[in-house]
Amino acid sequence: MAGGSQRIYKARIKSTQSLKKMFRAQELIAASRIGKARARTAAAAPYATAVTRALSAVSAHTIVDHPLTRERKQPTGRVAVLVVASDRGMAGSYSASIIRETERLIDQLQADGKEVVLYAAGRRAIAYYSFRGRDLAGEWSYGSDAPTTEVSDEIADALLGAFLAPAEEGGVDELHVVSTQFVNMVTQRPRVVRMLPIEIVEGVTVPGEDQILPLYDFEPSPDAVLSALLPRYVRARIFAILLDAAASELAARQRAMHTATDNAEDLIRTYTRLANQARQADITQEISEIVSGADALASA
Amino acid sequence: MAELSVDLVAADRKVWSGSARAVVAPSVEGEIGILANHEPLLAVLRPGTVTVRTDDGVALEAKVDGGFVSMDENLVTIVVDEIEQV
Repeated sequence: MAGGSQRIYKARIKSTQSLKKMFRAQELIAASRIGKARARTAAAAPYATAVTRALSAVSAHTIVDHPLTRERKQPTGRVAVLVVASDRGMAGSYSASIIRETERLIDQLQADGKEVVLYAAGRRAIAYYSFRGRDLAGEWSYGSDAPTTEVSDEIADALLGAFLAPAEEGGVDELHVVSTQFVNMVTQRPRVVRMLPIEIVEGVTVPGEDQILPLYDFEPSPDAVLSALLPRYVRARIFAILLDAAASELAARQRAMHTATDNAEDLIRTYTRLANQARQADITQEISEIVSGADALASA
Repeated sequence: MAELSVDLVAADRKVWSGSARAVVAPSVEGEIGILANHEPLLAVLRPGTVTVRTDDGVALEAKVDGGFVSMDENLVTIVVDEIEQV
């Protein structure tokens, strides 16, 4: 049939072109938002530094003993896991690798005889677990590429609440967070952090024997200051994790959409070649039909 | 005269930073005023108004709803949860 396959190829080229435009647009959107996301990470850094520095000042003075820093005396056997995935797809393997990492952590915890309480942030993670009929203790879909302090405080408060709750009300022993670390534009790595109980490691200076401790005046008391600082420390860390995850998500999306654009271009090129071939074949066939028709007339 | 170097930070951004003569902050036990060479201090804040008197005598005021203030070697860090610049 003359023109049949040509029409099919033309239609495919057209639809691939419109897909390519969408991919290109997504790539550009992601690229422009990464800068903003990284600027927000940088803007949140002074808060985290201030809290950490204050915390190390307190811990240098008093023996840090607070419900948030110690292990439970009677373990409940429950462990909370927070998954930070994205709200939207089109980011390649971003959410898939986070979920894979989470599954690995859950298997490991269950092998240790722990009961896992799941918290999910990001619609992809929520959809994954609710589709499989797994119970989620908390879920947040919040615009994962631009997290706000309100949402991050809400998440942090829910998790702190679960950690401080008594055993019979579903209190948990530990909190692990699975999120993506932004290494650079090309590499983003899933990582697991044990958030609670808090281990104060970063930035804590233990003064030597000959050093004199600055004599801090705590108002109202060292313990009260500590109680005010620790939840803020957790909130700041969770916010930092969400921002890091947002930057990673956008970088993953930009890369995935770039690859998709390239693939669309390849497809268009292949289909154009096939369409040209089909057109040439049709022309050749028509000529040979005319020639053989003329031959038949001449020989008649 | 020695000066204070002040950082006012909120959870998602640095609000203000610069040198100042005095800082007044609402601690849970009452207003505290901090001048240069104040002893190292860590105080929890209650909702109220933080006032920073800058070098050129301008008083910056900001409504805050809780946080803390730390002072060490003339470096004052005011860390707040929510802030309304006035």
